[in-house]
Amino acid sequence: MSDRVLVSTRKGLFTVDRRKLDQWEIARTSFLGDNVSLALADPRDGAWYAALDHGHFGVKLHRSEDQGATWTEIAVPTYPEAPEGHVEKDWMGREVPWKLIRIWALEAGPASRPGELWAGTLPGGLFRSKDRGATWELLRGLWDHPDRIRWSGGGADYAGLHSICIDPRNPDWMAVGVSTGGVWFTRDAGATWECRGEGLRADYVPPGQAQDPVLQDVHRLAQSQVEPTTFWIQHHNGIFVTRDEARHWEELKEAGPSIFGFPVVTHPKEPATAWFVPAIKDERRIPVGGSVAVTRTRDGGRTFDTLREGLPQVHAYDLVYRHALAIDGSGDRLAFGSTTGNLWVTEDGGDRWHAVAGHLPPIYAVTFVP
Amino acid sequence: MAHLVFTGNLQRHVPCPPGEYPGTCVAEVLEAAFRERPMARGYVLDEHGALRHHMVVFVDGTAVSDRKRLGDPVGPGAEVYVMQALSGG
Repeated sequence: MSDRVLVSTRKGLFTVDRRKLDQWEIARTSFLGDNVSLALADPRDGAWYAALDHGHFGVKLHRSEDQGATWTEIAVPTYPEAPEGHVEKDWMGREVPWKLIRIWALEAGPASRPGELWAGTLPGGLFRSKDRGATWELLRGLWDHPDRIRWSGGGADYAGLHSICIDPRNPDWMAVGVSTGGVWFTRDAGATWECRGEGLRADYVPPGQAQDPVLQDVHRLAQSQVEPTTFWIQHHNGIFVTRDEARHWEELKEAGPSIFGFPVVTHPKEPATAWFVPAIKDERRIPVGGSVAVTRTRDGGRTFDTLREGLPQVHAYDLVYRHALAIDGSGDRLAFGSTTGNLWVTEDGGDRWHAVAGHLPPIYAVTFVP
Repeated sequence: MAHLVFTGNLQRHVPCPPGEYPGTCVAEVLEAAFRERPMARGYVLDEHGALRHHMVVFVDGTAVSDRKRLGDPVGPGAEVYVMQALSGG
């Protein structure tokens, strides 16, 4: 079980430690006042990574070797110069810069490849580092795919690659999720890619294009580590699950208060178990009825529990972003944080929640330290 | 030599005290400073060497017009200020 959570917020990175049951405390603050968009705790060597967006000064990456006591700035992924005269426009007709706008995914590589890191970015890039972030390379196989120009902004102005799933069977097999751009699979370490979206549905495009796999707004993608052919999606239009590696996606139309939301996590040992945080769909983006809830399925999506104990049920307007729900290696402990600076943890899979903090800055991402 | 001053808000991330640097255009003056302080480059310029969207450089009180190649001329004794644009909030 993990006793430590990293909370990335609009105004800094917070390290939250468990003292005992229902007693989690902020143990350290880092980058106070700075916009921390994402953090990663590498289970292989214990290093921590924090992605910062300074606005005027751009996107930065820092690494800590001592659990956040000190940080060193390292390289960020950089885009190649666009070919002379090349003007790229996305599916919506908007110009796409070949420049780093945001780091939107950070994942450690497999144990067999120490030092390997992966980053997903806006606009729509997938980058690999083989040296703990000292250098990065853009995976041209995906960037140069002819369908990439059909991606477009979902929650941001540009398409963003937010989910990176490295297959536990073979580290050359990967799946990535893009908002908006669907789910992409590679079996050759990123040289070639295939978009698989049969069964997904996009209500926000004309009806004739609703089934186009490249136009799917995947909010978050999660792969089972024990049954890697199973993936869960929280999509703009609902919740989907596949058990055959995305040859077909099944839509789950009943899932408690709402099928809309941003995050999803799946149990590390039980592929049929997954959690979501529902909200009123896209035009409003607040909890249903002003009541914060987490939904959980334990039977592959046939039924959902709506978990409310310990969560505010009156006039609560917390929205939970796609990286702000996390699960630890045991599957018992989860944590989530909201745009209004609330942080909750559970130690029993969500049956009961404990409020850790109520006045944090807007929370972008939450992750357990292994 | 030009007198180069970086915005005080940058100092929290990368110390960049004012200094005298050679160069006949903005790019040359900045390059001279970045040779001394390479970490500062990415805070002012993007990965292609253009001025970041919400940064601005003044030469003797006038904002530079060439934000991509930084070719605006810098005369002897010029004052060059690297500031944050108000557009960034």
